Amino acid sequence: MGRDFRLILQQIKYQNRIFWRTPVGAFFTLVFPLMFLLLFTAIFGNDEIEELGVTTAQFYAPALAVFGAASATYTNLTITTAIARDLGILKKVRGTPLPPWIYIVGRVGSAVWLALLSGVLMMSVGVIFFGVEIIGRTFLAALISFLLGAGAFAALGLMLAALVSSGDAAPAVANATLLPIAFISDVFIVNANPPAWIEFAGNLFPLKHFVAAFGDAFNPGLTGSGFSWSAGAGEYAIGAHLAVMAAWGVGGAILALRFFTWEPRGGENSRRRRSRVSGN
Amino acid sequence: MNAIAVSGLEKFYGDLAAVGGIDLTVAEGEVFALLGPNGAGKSTTVEILEGHRRRTRGSVEVLGFDPETGGRSFRERIGIVLQQTALEPELEVAEILATYAAIYPRSLPVDEVVEIVGLQEKRRARVKTLSGGQQRRLELALGIIGDPDVIFLDEPTTGFDPSARRQAWSLIDNLRQLGKTILLTTHYMDEAQNLADRVAVIAGGVIVAEGTPADIGGRAEGEATIRFRVGRDVAGEDLPPVARAGLDESDGQVTLETSTPTEALNEITSWAMERGLELEGLTVERPTLEDIYLRLTGGGGDG
Repeated sequence: MGRDFRLILQQIKYQNRIFWRTPVGAFFTLVFPLMFLLLFTAIFGNDEIEELGVTTAQFYAPALAVFGAASATYTNLTITTAIARDLGILKKVRGTPLPPWIYIVGRVGSAVWLALLSGVLMMSVGVIFFGVEIIGRTFLAALISFLLGAGAFAALGLMLAALVSSGDAAPAVANATLLPIAFISDVFIVNANPPAWIEFAGNLFPLKHFVAAFGDAFNPGLTGSGFSWSAGAGEYAIGAHLAVMAAWGVGGAILALRFFTWEPRGGENSRRRRSRVSGN
Repeated sequence: MNAIAVSGLEKFYGDLAAVGGIDLTVAEGEVFALLGPNGAGKSTTVEILEGHRRRTRGSVEVLGFDPETGGRSFRERIGIVLQQTALEPELEVAEILATYAAIYPRSLPVDEVVEIVGLQEKRRARVKTLSGGQQRRLELALGIIGDPDVIFLDEPTTGFDPSARRQAWSLIDNLRQLGKTILLTTHYMDEAQNLADRVAVIAGGVIVAEGTPADIGGRAEGEATIRFRVGRDVAGEDLPPVARAGLDESDGQVTLETSTPTEALNEITSWAMERGLELEGLTVERPTLEDIYLRLTGGGGDG
C-alpha cells in the first residue's frame, strides 16, 4: 500500500511535468482565465457595488476561477488522454505492472492539483489587484466545493476522452461543449436576467452549480457557512449544488469506465500522428 | 525449462481466423524469431503472449503465468517493446526511465540501462530532440528497465537504416548474453538469421516451418546451385558428365543444381585441374533464408 501511494504521487508529478512543458496547455489553464478577468474589469469597469461594499471583480474572479478549474480538468484531461492513446502511450503503460487505476488516479490527481493552482492564482490576482475579499466564514465550504467540482469535471474529461475518436478531435469537442455551457452558467455574464429556458438549461449542467457553490462563498450579501442543503433567502448553501456536480461526476466516471480503451483507435488521424512522431 | 509454451492457440475476429492454431515453445535463454509477412498473425500472437489481447482458444503459458490473468506479478517479469514508438515528446530520457523503473520491484539502475542502449550522451535530452533510432533505443531501454526474464520485441528495427539496424542487433545480442529469453517478430530474413537461435515462419495464421536459421524449411538438405564459366571453345561434351546439361553455349556459363554438391564439385574441379583451367566465377550457393521464406509464404511480400 505504501508502495502504491508512492507510485500515485510519482504519477501525479510525471503528469504535472508534462503539463509544465506543454506551453499551450499551461496557457489555456493558467493565463487564459486571467485574461478574461483583465478584459472584464477593463470593459465593464471594476466599480464598487455600494450596497455590498465590494467591487465587481468580487463576482468575476470566483466565476473565472471555476472556469480555469474546468479547463484544467475537463479540457486538459480530454485532450491529453486522447493524444496519449493515439501515441500508443496508454497501450504501453497497460503492458507494465503499473495498475491501471494508479495511472488514472495520477492523471486525475494532476488535473485537480493544476485546477487548484489555477484557482489560487486567479483569487490571488483578484485580491492583490482588484480588491477581492476572502470571507473566512465560508472558506472551508468554498474549498470543498472547488475540489469536488474539479473532481467531477475530471471524471467528465475522462468520459469525453473515452468517447472522442482521436486526439485531433479532442480540443474541438472539449471546447465546443465547455464554452456554450459556460455562457449559460454565469461564468462570463454575471447577474443577468436570461430567458427562462436558458436559466433552465443552465441548471441542468454541472458548471452553473460549480460557479454557484464556489462563487457564493465570496458574496458578502449572503449569510451562513455554506454547509446546508438548500439556500433560503440571502443564504449561502452548497448541498444541492454539490449533489448535482457529484451526480454528473459519477455518471461521467461510469461512462468513462464503460468506453475507455488503452489501444490506439485505428483512424486516419491516430495513424498520422503516430507516424509523425516516430518518423523524425 | 520453457519460458513460453503455446498450444492450439486460435484467435478469431468474427469468422476471420487471425491465428489458426499455433503451437510453439521457447526455452529459457533462447532467442526466438517469428517471421512472416504483414497480416500473417505474428503481432496478434505476440500481443496474446504479452497479455494485450485475449485468445479465442488454446493454452498459453509465459513464465508459468496465463498472460490473461497474470496481472501485475506477470507484468513485473516481462518487458514489452511495441512496434510503435510511444513517448512523451517533452520529457527527458532519464526522467522517463526513472518513472518506469519505479513501477518494477527489482529494476535496473537507470544509468546502467542508458549505457546498455548507448544513450549516455542523451541522458538529459528531451525525447523530441532524439532521432528515430535513438527513440527506438529508448523504447528498448524501457522494455528492459524492469530486469525482465522474457522480452517481447515486435519488429524492433522496422524503418531503420542499415547502420541503425546493426546497432540494434548488437544490443539484442547483449541481452542474449545476459541470459534473457527473447521473442521477436520481424519480416527481415537477415534479422532472423543474425539474431535468432530458432525461427518459426508464420503465414495465414499458422506456423508453416520451424527450425534453426541454418536448416529451416530443409535449407541444409536442399539443392545447391553451382556456377562457373568456361571458354567459348569448350563444348558440352568436353565437360564432365555432371555439368554437361548446365552449359549455355552462347556465353560459356554453366549452372547446375545438385543435391550432392561435394561430389559434383570434385568432378568439376578434377576435370579443370587436368586441363590446367581456372574456372571463372565459381560459386556454390545454398538457398538463402529469403528463398525458403518466399517459398513458404507463397512468394508474396504482403500476405
